[in-house]
Amino acid sequence: MKPHTLSVLVENKAGVLSRVTGLFSRRGYNIESLAVGICEEPGMSRITIVCIGDDAGIEQVMKQLNKLIDVIKVSDLTDNERVERELALIKVTAEPGTSRAEVMQLATIFRAQIIDVAAKTIILSITGDTEKIDAFEKLLRQYGVKELVRTGRIAMLRGSKVLKGGK
Amino acid sequence: MKTGAKILVEGLQREGVETIFGYPGGVVLPIYDELYDSSLRHILVRHEQAAAHAADGFARASGRVGVCLATSGPGACNLVTGIATAYMDSVPIVAITGQVPTSLLGNDAFQESDITGITLPITKHNYLVKRTEDLGRVLKEAFYIAGTGRKGPVLVDIPKDVSMRSIEYEHTASEPVTLRGYQPTLRGHAKQIDKALEMIFEAEQPVIYAGGGIIASDASEELVRLAEALAIPVTTTLMGLGTIPCDHPLNLGMLGMHGTRSANYAVTESDLLIAIGARFDDRVTGKLDSFASHARIIHIDIDPAEIGKNKKVDVPIVGDVRSVLQDMLAKLQKKKSYDRWLTRIRGWKEKHPLRYVSDNCLRPQYVIEELSSLLKGEGIIVSEVGQNQMWTAQYFCFRKPRTWITSGGLGTMGYGFPAAMGAHFACPDQVVFDIAGDGSFQMNIQELSTVASNKIPVKVAVLNNRFLGMVRQWQELFHNRRYSFTELPPVDFVKVANAYGVDGIKVESCDEVVPALKAAIETDGPFVLDFRVEREENVFPMVPAGAAINEMIGGKQE
Ligand SMILES: Cc1ncc(C[n+]2csc(CCOP(=O)(O)OP(=O)(O)O)c2C)c(N)n1
Repeated sequence: MKPHTLSVLVENKAGVLSRVTGLFSRRGYNIESLAVGICEEPGMSRITIVCIGDDAGIEQVMKQLNKLIDVIKVSDLTDNERVERELALIKVTAEPGTSRAEVMQLATIFRAQIIDVAAKTIILSITGDTEKIDAFEKLLRQYGVKELVRTGRIAMLRGSKVLKGGK
Repeated sequence: MKTGAKILVEGLQREGVETIFGYPGGVVLPIYDELYDSSLRHILVRHEQAAAHAADGFARASGRVGVCLATSGPGACNLVTGIATAYMDSVPIVAITGQVPTSLLGNDAFQESDITGITLPITKHNYLVKRTEDLGRVLKEAFYIAGTGRKGPVLVDIPKDVSMRSIEYEHTASEPVTLRGYQPTLRGHAKQIDKALEMIFEAEQPVIYAGGGIIASDASEELVRLAEALAIPVTTTLMGLGTIPCDHPLNLGMLGMHGTRSANYAVTESDLLIAIGARFDDRVTGKLDSFASHARIIHIDIDPAEIGKNKKVDVPIVGDVRSVLQDMLAKLQKKKSYDRWLTRIRGWKEKHPLRYVSDNCLRPQYVIEELSSLLKGEGIIVSEVGQNQMWTAQYFCFRKPRTWITSGGLGTMGYGFPAAMGAHFACPDQVVFDIAGDGSFQMNIQELSTVASNKIPVKVAVLNNRFLGMVRQWQELFHNRRYSFTELPPVDFVKVANAYGVDGIKVESCDEVVPALKAAIETDGPFVLDFRVEREENVFPMVPAGAAINEMIGGKQE
């Protein structure tokens, strides 16, 4: 059992997401992370799914995904050189004069951006892989994380190879 | 200008549909209004589930797409069991449902149910049509998806305003549907086919395991040619009965839970299993680790997801079974003799034929054997689910594909009678029998009204044991004969039939069987035969759940 990163190219149509996610739950798999958005092809979307399972189970899920009429292509990126990113927005307590300077210093180290400043809190935006965001969030805890929003993971193969349509 | 309803009805006719099975209601009124003076034949069922089963029976008997129609909410929900039945057995049907107007969608409106959501896991694909402009295209896609690749049910949900609205619309000449997410592989990979042939020549004890996919792709002839070319024995699944004639010397009969001993022994001892259009269902394999455990496996199937799903495969060939078998036959040059293997198999067949006690009691197996010899392989036999189904599979001699229609994957009681109605419309010249249990028949018994009013000449042979027999059998064998809620009160099915205007005969002894069957066959209209059979007869041999398929109980030579 290990996490698999699947990239699923789909028709950008109503109901497609529930067809795709329904398939996972029906076959007993939990989705760890999910990200959906439009992509370079007009009329298509790309879904990145992280799911934990054994190789045979994931292979079966991929084959079943492929059978969905609205799914154009399914790729397992797990064993490929790839880049992965998540984005998080973190609202953290940072009162002027006390913790604010420290929080801003941490932000610099992690190359997070300050995107909103209020009297007692600031909002930080950070992108990176899961571990980096986890580490940043952990460090911010001591100052008081008021709210955290994280996107699902997105992934792309390194190099010139692309994941295009055509089953 | 045309209404959506007109576009729909014309579209159905352009797909070659002649008969649909349906039941009206509020939101399908515009469609029914269109049907009122259409040449499309509409059969009014008495429960929507029967419409779905009838469409399914039509599809299985004809090889074409069957169509059913229901209103929103309760009507659509009543189709669900029928759709799931078709899905499990890969049967092409298009189910059309009405829906509340688009302005009310999601509003918990009167008779609204999210039928595309409900049927998501039991359809090959489904559509909620939100614009009249899309209706023509969607219908074409629905038929295309249902009837190609691994076939299956497609549902088209049409809100009332979509079928009422008028637009400028002309059906375009039938250009092929293209869907970028749906391109089934039809031709088998040449190298894989070569590998498979090599493996066949290397084998000493090969067995062909033939499934319903052969019927779906109309490949029975190719199957028999391949088997005969090399003299390879064939066992069929429940769904594969009829692909090879029952009395063909290479036929081992059915395998699996209620298969023949020779079939199960042969698969267990085989060194090569050639699975064709079959899916290693648990009712076939029994304990998976012991199933064909000495064999290498070739698996030919149109659905890549079936390959390696339950059992590791040595040579997978994804493709339309017929096309793959044709390619194999074309490449077949060498000869090989498996004589020693065939001799062993013949020994098993001789030692372990299917058997039941032959006495003066009215045994269900006897009824089926007599029907089989009366029809001589002609006619279409549909079954319900339970012992009636297994006895028919064991004792009726099927000689041709599409003459045996049964709910295999879902095992839906109540399937047989309405499916038999559908089969009649597919093959109006054939006599159609539904072999039923008294439990199953009562699940869609209201269709007696449909067959009576439409003069649908379906014959129902009820093997009336006053039990939910198959469940009782399990209770007898595995639950100390504690017959918990499986005994049924006596029902006089002839009286019930008569009440609906259908003729029938009650049969209580062996010597009445043949005359009664003849009477049913000779009657022009529908007919009900109420066979009062031995109440506690069992289906043997049997593989207990979870056991290896060669560990069978019953049906052995005394
Ligand atoms: C709709 C449905 N409900 C329950 C079952 C479980 N089941 C399988 S066989 C059977 C008994 C069938 O009884 P009957 O139709 O009288 O046939 P018999 O086995 O006696 O031939 C039951 C209840 C089923 N297959 N389908």
